[in-house]
Order: sequence, then C-alpha cells, then structure tokens
Amino acid sequence: MTTTPAVEAVDLVKRFDETTAVDGVSFVVPQGTVLGLLGPNGAGKTTTTRMLTTLSKPTSGTGRVAGHDIIAEPDAVRRSMGLVGQVATVDELLTARENLWLIGRLAGLPKSYIRPAGDDLLERFSLTDAADRVVKTYSGGMRRRLDLAVSLIAAPPVLFLDEPTTGLDPRSRNDLWDVLRGLVRDGTTLVLTTQYLEEADQLCDDIVVIDRGKVIAAGTPTQLKDQAGAASVVLTVTEAADLGRAEEVLRRCTPDVYVEPNARRLTAQADGLADMTRIGQAFADSGIPVDDLGLQRPSLDDVFLALTGHRAEEASPPDDEAPADQTDLEGALR
Amino acid sequence: MTTVPAATLTRPELKPPTLIASSWIVVRRNLIHIKRMPELLLDVTIQPVMFVLLFAFVFGGSIAVAGSNYREFLVPGIMAQTMAFASFIVAIGLTNDLDKGIVDRLKSLPISRQSILVGRSVSSLIHSSIGITVMAVTGLAIGWRARNGVLETALGFGLLLLFGFAMIWLGIWVGSAMRSVESVNGVMFTTMFPITFVANTFAPTEHMPNWLALVAEWNPISSLVQALRDLWGNGVPAGADAAWPLQHPVLMTVVWSLFLTAVFAPMAVRSFQRRSRD
Repeated sequence: MTTTPAVEAVDLVKRFDETTAVDGVSFVVPQGTVLGLLGPNGAGKTTTTRMLTTLSKPTSGTGRVAGHDIIAEPDAVRRSMGLVGQVATVDELLTARENLWLIGRLAGLPKSYIRPAGDDLLERFSLTDAADRVVKTYSGGMRRRLDLAVSLIAAPPVLFLDEPTTGLDPRSRNDLWDVLRGLVRDGTTLVLTTQYLEEADQLCDDIVVIDRGKVIAAGTPTQLKDQAGAASVVLTVTEAADLGRAEEVLRRCTPDVYVEPNARRLTAQADGLADMTRIGQAFADSGIPVDDLGLQRPSLDDVFLALTGHRAEEASPPDDEAPADQTDLEGALR
Repeated sequence: MTTVPAATLTRPELKPPTLIASSWIVVRRNLIHIKRMPELLLDVTIQPVMFVLLFAFVFGGSIAVAGSNYREFLVPGIMAQTMAFASFIVAIGLTNDLDKGIVDRLKSLPISRQSILVGRSVSSLIHSSIGITVMAVTGLAIGWRARNGVLETALGFGLLLLFGFAMIWLGIWVGSAMRSVESVNGVMFTTMFPITFVANTFAPTEHMPNWLALVAEWNPISSLVQALRDLWGNGVPAGADAAWPLQHPVLMTVVWSLFLTAVFAPMAVRSFQRRSRD
C-alpha cells in the first residue's frame, strides 16, 4: 500500500499581469519528511507556498495537501495545515494566550482543549513566563516562537514555513532548528522556504531549487552537492616551514595541488575517502606535523553557482573564508 | 527547548465555526484591542467632545439658528460626523491587519473569509456607537434633548447606524486599496474632513454662497443631520427654498445609505479580494 504524499505540487503556475512568478513547479513531499524550497529572493518560493496554502489561486496547475486538492477542497486543506509566514503574524495587542485562543477558536477547537494544549506549547517554546504579556513587549525571537506555537495549536499534520529564520540571530535560529527537528520526530511534515543554503542543508531531507519561477534542480542535499563536482582534501600544516615539503608529499598522491601560504593550507583534488586515507597515511609516514586534515565537499552555495551561474545571496559580499562543508577525518571514516 | 515532550493531549475533531461564530471571535479580538489601547477611542470621544465644546462656545454666539439654540443644533451634526468617520476606523484597522499579515493568517484557517470583514465592520460600529453614546451624554450636559417621542429618538439612532453601515464599505474599500496606515490617514483626513464640513453639520447652509449651499444640501451628511434634527426636534425643518433632500431628510438618508452601499460594497469586495488574493 502506498501512503498519500503529505504535499504535492502539480505544475503550478502563477502569473501577475506581465510577470510569471511561478512557472510550472512540481514536487512531492512524502509524509514525515522535510522539503526545502531553496532559491534567491523573488525566485517564486513564497508564491508557491501561498498557492499551496490556499492564500493565492494558481493561474494553472494544482496541488494537494494531505490528499486534499487546493482548488477543489480549500477548507479541507486549511484544516490539515499550518502556516508560518515570512513575518511573525501574531497579534501585537493580544497576549500569547489570547493569540492561541484566537487562532484555536477560529480553527474550530473547543476552549477546553485550547487552554491545556496552549500551555503545553508555551512551555515547549519557553514562553510560559511571558504567556500573559502583550506581544508588543516581545523580542523578535519570542515573536517567532509564539508565531510557531500559534501555528501548531491545531496540531496540523503539515506545516508550511516561509523563511522561518529570516532576521533571527544565530542562537534563536539554532533554537528554532531544534524545535523544527522535534516536530519532524513527532511526525509532522515540513515544507520550508529558505534562501540560506546552510538551513536547507541542516534541516531538509529533500531540496527543490527554484530560480525565476522554475525548478532547476531537486534531490537530497548530498545528491545536489555531488552534482556540483568532485570533493577536495584540505590540509593545514603546523609549521609554515614545512609547506614546501608538504606540497611535495601531496603531489605524489594527487597532481592537482593549490597552496595558500598565509593560511598554511593546501588543497588538493580528491575522489573521496580512499584518496583522503591515502594522503593521511602519506603524511603520517613523512612525519610532517599536521593541524587539520579534512575532506571538503562542495557547499550548496557552490551547487547554486553551478546551477544558475549566480550566487544564491547576490546581495552578500563575496566571502573568501566561506564556511566549507568540512568533514573531519574521524567523521568521514565512521 | 526540545527536552519537553510533545503535547500528550489528543486533538479533538475540528469543528470550524459558522460565519456568525467566527465573526464574533474576530469582534472580540478587536474589542480586546480597544481595551489594551483605550487611546484608540480618542477619535470618537475626546475629539468630538472637543468639537462640541469649541463650536458651541467659540462660534456658538455668532451663529444664529432658527428655532433652536446653537448647541442643540450642533449635537446631531457632530454625531453624524462621528458616524461618517466609521469609514476611517474600518480603513485603519483593515490596513493594519493586511499590513501585518493577520489577514493572511486568518485566511489560512478553515473559516468563511467574510468573517474577517464582518468582524471588522461590527467592531467598528461598536467603536462608533461608543462615540455616539459619549456625544449623547455630552449633549445632555450642555442642553441638547431629543424632544419628540421615543420612536423618533430611536429612529434617529437607527439612521445613524444605517449610515454607518454605508460608511463601513467606504472604509473597506480605502483600507484594502491603501498600503499603509499613514496613507489611510492622509487620504481620509483630506477627504472626510471637508466632506463633513461642507454640509449643514456646523452651520446652516442658507448663508453659504449659492453654489456651495447646493453642494452642501445634496451632501449625504446633510440629509442625515437634517433627519436627526427633525426627528429629535433640534431646530426647525428646512425652509421651502432648501434643496429637495433636506425637505425629505429621513427618506433621503435611507436612500443615500443604500446608494452609497451599492456603490462602495462591490468596489470594497473587489479591492479586498485583489489585495488579499495574490
């Protein structure tokens, strides 16, 4: 028996006057998994989400949420999903409890359920102490958490999140990631949009890359990274004086070596673990002290560049020390 | 944050509320706003009371009114103005909710989408009615009375509400068309203020230049104000030389309210749908 996918997009198209915001987007999200819609600003991620959550009518194509058609059965769709918008859409003049009451009642829950379920959620999102405070006094991170709590009051099996961590500081962002992982453990299906490659990499089982309204790639984070080309070995020697000798040792293993003297770092092309193990052995034999040895696989940023010819975050300045997706030797061998 | 186990409660079956139930929930939410920010009521309390006092005591002595004193003449005018500003209140509230994404949030729920507008409208009428009550009390304090029967008194307040209903559609239209509260303020201030002034609200129309008197007498606000004055016995009925609407003010207030609703309601619904659909 095949289970119904949690979410399906079937050739979704949305045109506004002259522009085509979404141009034939299709994907399937199995139950209990996390799908990331990845793309730069204006790629059509939000519009796709708005169509799937019945806020916007597709020009053509359709979609299903928990098996319900977004055009034919919008009310059934609305009963099956929650939506966390790009900005926290909590009512600023209401307290946290009142926000939960408002959305819970409108969702069709009895008062007797909203109170204890709301208290559970407030506890879970560390908002118990602020439960009766007016939301206006909340910090950005607290608003985001309340926004999520409110979206979860009716325990929807599918949750859509539109750039959930935009504007959050790194700590709040990590906290939110933990919360989302917890939801997935409990069986919730997530569809999230993001322009942060790291976020997609951290959270998603599958990624759909969207650019200019079209799906340009889809797969697991690993598959996408494999598409962007081979991995490389990155090695940092302890003493700058050893750089010349280290380069020699490395060249014997693989011909393509790149040296960054200031960082005492050498990068060489590698096919994978076998190459890396060989290089590790060669250095152990040579006796050259090494600070760090790692296998570096292309980041999603590289993937995006390879797919589209431009970076995902055009606005951000080029970053030489981009956090590489570095797998430590021990980790890789495990 | 994740150490606490997930909710152990089993979710009961969702019973999406009816249009009336969901509208009422939205009304209650809007009333909580008023409770949290009582200054939201300034526009229908302090402001019109100030108008009453300023006009009554500053201009009162120099404006002669046939068959009544100026204060008594003034109270129905300011009540009508307060009701016309219901459009303002709806527009501000709606723009705010659209702007902050609250409308999207409500629309993602299994409720009738009309309840967003119905709830907004009902709470605005309550908002304006609080103002009308404050005005009536203030009026009583400075000598205004409803001098005819209970029926006429009630009919007067009924006409105010009917006119307020028409104004709500205007408010929904403006509120959905504007992108920010500031622009709503700008637009409504520069239109509604002159509209409520070029009327018999604060002074009789007979001393205005002919062309202006004609505009004022055909102004829907004037019909409402004249109807209130006739029903409550605050001044004499319009003279034979006044425009036709002022000769039949009660009828014309009903006609104007229906007419304005017929004009603004389709525009409002279209504008709201367009704004919130994409």
